[in-house]
Amino acid sequence: MEFWLEPIIQGILLGGLYALFAAGLSLIFGVMRLVNIAHGDLIVLSSYVALTTSVMLGLHPLAAALIVVPVMALAGYGLQRLLLNRTMGNDILPPLLVTFGLSVIIQNALLTFYSADPQKLKAGAIETASLGIGPVSVGVLPLIVFMTAVLVIGLLQWMFYHTALGRAFRATSDRQDIVQLMGINRAHIFALAMALALAVTALAGVFLGIRTSFDPAAGGSRLIFGFEAVIIGGLGNIWGTLAGGVILGVAQTLGAKIDPGFQVQAGHLVFLIILAVRPRGLFPRID
Amino acid sequence: MTEALLDIQRLDAFYGDFQALYGVGMQVNRGDVIAVIGANGAGKTTLMRAVTGFLRARPDAVCWKGRPIGGMRVDQIAALGIALVPEGRLLFASLSVEENLMIGGQLKRKGPWSLKRIYDLFPVLEERRNAPATSLSGGQQQMVAIGRALMSNPELIMMDEISLGLAPVIIRSIYEALPGIIGEGLTAIVVEQDIAKALSVSSRVYCLQEGRVSLTGPSGKVSHDEISRAYFGI
Amino acid sequence: MPDQTLSVSRSTRLSTVAMGVLLVIIVVMALAPWWAGRADLRLFGEIFLYLALASLWNLLAGYAGLVSVGQQAYVGLGGYVFFALTLLAGLHPLLAIALAPLIGALIAAPVATLIFRLRGAYFAIGTWVVAEVFRLTAAQVSALGGGSGISLPVSVVTTLASGRFLREALAYWLALGVAVVVIGAVFLFLRSRRGIALMAIRDNELAARSLGIDIWKTKFVVYLVTAGLTTLVGALIFLQKLRISPDAAFSPNDWTAFVIFIVVIGGIGTIEGSIIGTLIFFALRETLADLGTVYLIAMGLAAILIMLKAPSGLWGLVRGRRGLELFPISRRVRGLG
Repeated sequence: MEFWLEPIIQGILLGGLYALFAAGLSLIFGVMRLVNIAHGDLIVLSSYVALTTSVMLGLHPLAAALIVVPVMALAGYGLQRLLLNRTMGNDILPPLLVTFGLSVIIQNALLTFYSADPQKLKAGAIETASLGIGPVSVGVLPLIVFMTAVLVIGLLQWMFYHTALGRAFRATSDRQDIVQLMGINRAHIFALAMALALAVTALAGVFLGIRTSFDPAAGGSRLIFGFEAVIIGGLGNIWGTLAGGVILGVAQTLGAKIDPGFQVQAGHLVFLIILAVRPRGLFPRID
Repeated sequence: MTEALLDIQRLDAFYGDFQALYGVGMQVNRGDVIAVIGANGAGKTTLMRAVTGFLRARPDAVCWKGRPIGGMRVDQIAALGIALVPEGRLLFASLSVEENLMIGGQLKRKGPWSLKRIYDLFPVLEERRNAPATSLSGGQQQMVAIGRALMSNPELIMMDEISLGLAPVIIRSIYEALPGIIGEGLTAIVVEQDIAKALSVSSRVYCLQEGRVSLTGPSGKVSHDEISRAYFGI
Repeated sequence: MPDQTLSVSRSTRLSTVAMGVLLVIIVVMALAPWWAGRADLRLFGEIFLYLALASLWNLLAGYAGLVSVGQQAYVGLGGYVFFALTLLAGLHPLLAIALAPLIGALIAAPVATLIFRLRGAYFAIGTWVVAEVFRLTAAQVSALGGGSGISLPVSVVTTLASGRFLREALAYWLALGVAVVVIGAVFLFLRSRRGIALMAIRDNELAARSLGIDIWKTKFVVYLVTAGLTTLVGALIFLQKLRISPDAAFSPNDWTAFVIFIVVIGGIGTIEGSIIGTLIFFALRETLADLGTVYLIAMGLAAILIMLKAPSGLWGLVRGRRGLELFPISRRVRGLG
């Protein structure tokens, strides 16, 4: 029993990280039906920004997050206003291909500046600290990541349903045209959504960089993990995204327990099985 | 002569290559209630879309208090105090009744309208305030749409086909509420298929036919014959 | 009847001339083994394979609206099928190549039923997941070298043809042949009833549905045909390379990013666009490839700029409003005015 308990707990905690990958993706899809192919590369970009700030300013990576998060949020606002808003419309090709081009640009720009060598954020003792809970020991860092994910998703949920901004996000999601009659500048709302998404993405990037090593090509699988969490959880459900992340995380750690080479594949297979039996995800929004 | 609140001059409007309005002119003074009538496809909704900024217009084709507003963004035009109750209501489905009203008040313009005033006008909305807006009956949804527009405390309210698809008894009750709305010194443009209804609430009528103004005059003075000629172009 | 006669036809004087020129080009290129050097022959072969990939992706995304970023799944599948059939099953290489598209389409059928549940842009990422699943699966096949890959043994290579000249010429002709077949197939498909239905769906899905077009089935067929032919191209690519590994076979950069650049730069939704895009891509690659990452950044920027400023690509700019067509697909009414 304990043999399985340990990977399951690790998987749940890993799911927190995946939920953070997914939350930004889910948010921008929810508000403006945009799927950002460069999402994973933006996560990795955040890891690199954290690397540079923590090295240059001598900061702990978690403290660097205080700089990385607003920087990425600002970048997200600008990206949406200056570039992505020009691609919005009924045709799905322009946003898809523009974010695809962006993905290639970010990857190769990172290669140019940082080389292909894997990097890691050095967080000191916290990386290896662990707590004994009953028979299993739980890493402090994965626990912090998971708690942060729960907190972030709780805040997003609260923002969506209890603030004027959240109301504007939901109204924009319902009717992009009519919302403007309420005096709401759609371009600004879209940009705020992207800023918020990239703020979450930045957090995900910092945690990713502390947990594992990363390189410029690491974005693709981060996009895929986030995407799988969104689809498993069900579109339009923020808590579902957390559940999706956890299911994916557990599938991966159990897969790794069977065979280390099977970790990622196990996650993909669970995703495909859920797509086959519950195409709308496990917890779709009811409407 | 006082300056018109809304002055539309030689307004052309296009959907792609298709021209939908040809040199439309209209003067709306403060306190006016204007009826816009015309057959399906005559350009009534297009006119609303051009005034609210959804369709591109030449800057001086639409003037608000003497200031050209054609080509401005929809949200900027709304912020000036021009509200639209769109055809088909188009409420926000994932917002409750009260949230739909509150988002209408997002502009925070000063004026008499508040949640409380809307609930006084349409008491049934207060009972259903937490229900999803699109779960209401058609008539109640229309009340939400009108309330949503009023919440911005507009100076001009435009109502596009508010009786479309509603039962006659509901239409009557909504029209009975209209004087209470317009009595607040509000200026209104009412687009309506029901000619008798349109004439009864308005002070002036414009008839559109194939994208052109085919008739205009004081609502009490236009004759039945004139209207049918302007309406059908016979 | 008035003395004015109306007739409907597809070909124009321009398209007739273009088809003639194309025929001449194909004949000249078929003779390339006798007039081109070995390196040039390899390059030409690669160009034709990319031309085929681009035309197929264009059919999928530009006509059927199925934007895939995971076509490397079928390129890699083709490579592995070719290696498995020759190396493990002992089939003749040409037979293996002939079987590749059938196997590709066969595998694509269940894949399509699964990922067609994802809409629009999520479909795109779904195709990528499928490619990753294929890659990870290939890495588990130890008989084909697992994660590090395997080379085609000389014994298999020599069964193709005994002499080096003939072998290389054969690989080249197959590449030329597949490009001609793919473009021809896309062309004929678009002129068929199903192709017209496809363009109707692209232009207006709702209207197409109301005309009784079965959208799911139409897209399904396009996906299968595209997957099958992409698998065939994949087999030929690794016949040229003679070595395969999961990372090379399922490379998202090589088999999807470059292909998307080609189609977007040339002009999505036209046959001519893929041809022009392929020529530009190779012209740039042969002159600027030394720049490495900067070259790729420039490609990304070019794709973004074109998508924003000229979404119909370079061919769209040439074609202009007059609707020039080298490949006659649209019907035109003659005798008016």
